[in-house]
Amino acid sequence: MPRILVALFAGTLFGLGLAVSGMMNPQKVIGFLDVAGEWDPTLIFVMGGALLVTFPAFRVILKRPRPIFADGFALPTKSALDARLLGGATLFGVGWGLSGFCPGPAVAALATGLTPVFAFVAAMVGGMTLYGWIFERPVRGGVEADPTSKAPV
Amino acid sequence: MEDFTPISGLIGGLLIGLAVALLLLLNGRISGISGIVGGLLAPRSQDVSWRVVFVAGLILGAFGYMLATGGAIPVNMQASLPVLVVAGLLVGFGTRLGSGCTSGHGLCGIARLSKRSIVATSVFFGVAILTVFLTHHIL
Repeated sequence: MPRILVALFAGTLFGLGLAVSGMMNPQKVIGFLDVAGEWDPTLIFVMGGALLVTFPAFRVILKRPRPIFADGFALPTKSALDARLLGGATLFGVGWGLSGFCPGPAVAALATGLTPVFAFVAAMVGGMTLYGWIFERPVRGGVEADPTSKAPV
Repeated sequence: MEDFTPISGLIGGLLIGLAVALLLLLNGRISGISGIVGGLLAPRSQDVSWRVVFVAGLILGAFGYMLATGGAIPVNMQASLPVLVVAGLLVGFGTRLGSGCTSGHGLCGIARLSKRSIVATSVFFGVAILTVFLTHHIL
């Protein structure tokens, strides 16, 4: 139960921060990305402000044996700079540049009720689902072990 | 630079950083939005409830801001609907393939000095800047 309340509080604080920062507005994000136009450096202050907290905080928090309400820290374990990382970051970069939306601000912007935001988030969930179909197909017992199986691979 | 809003940007960033730090300190979780949403769609979804509640909080926080300030949050989309849909597909697929987005790689990964996150963040910022340059100044 405390973990659920923490998730609700952290999510709400994150959403509030996004709203205050102005980053829910794709025009402001594109204003930052458009270095050859009327450049708006606000995004640096948002990321800088967040890192001002997370950079020292992570150092202290990760020295603890465990988090307060869980048995351990769930941290990424991969370390290779592989094609998936680079390819994924590239595809994301194109989508971000085309729309001015990344996942957090897009989800938070659902609060505005604007139809194009719903269209973007629906497409984003579609893209994530497509990734799941291609790369995270569950292995069903027996199918892999049977060489005569006509199951799609 | 009339749109430059460094003070509200900094305050918003500090609030986001605080949220990220709290989720790690209390729940031991990384605040990567694409990972949190993506975890809901996996064939064997894990820890569904905290993910749903976090995502609901994101929307609630933005909604609360609108109630408190008595105004709408500006969300100006220059892209047409078909472009937004294509962009959404790319953002969804790309963030899952690349294991993270602006929050997971950009805020949490860089704070951990993760080599993967520093490289991924450089790539998606670079590609996004190039994409905006091509679509706004060349095409």
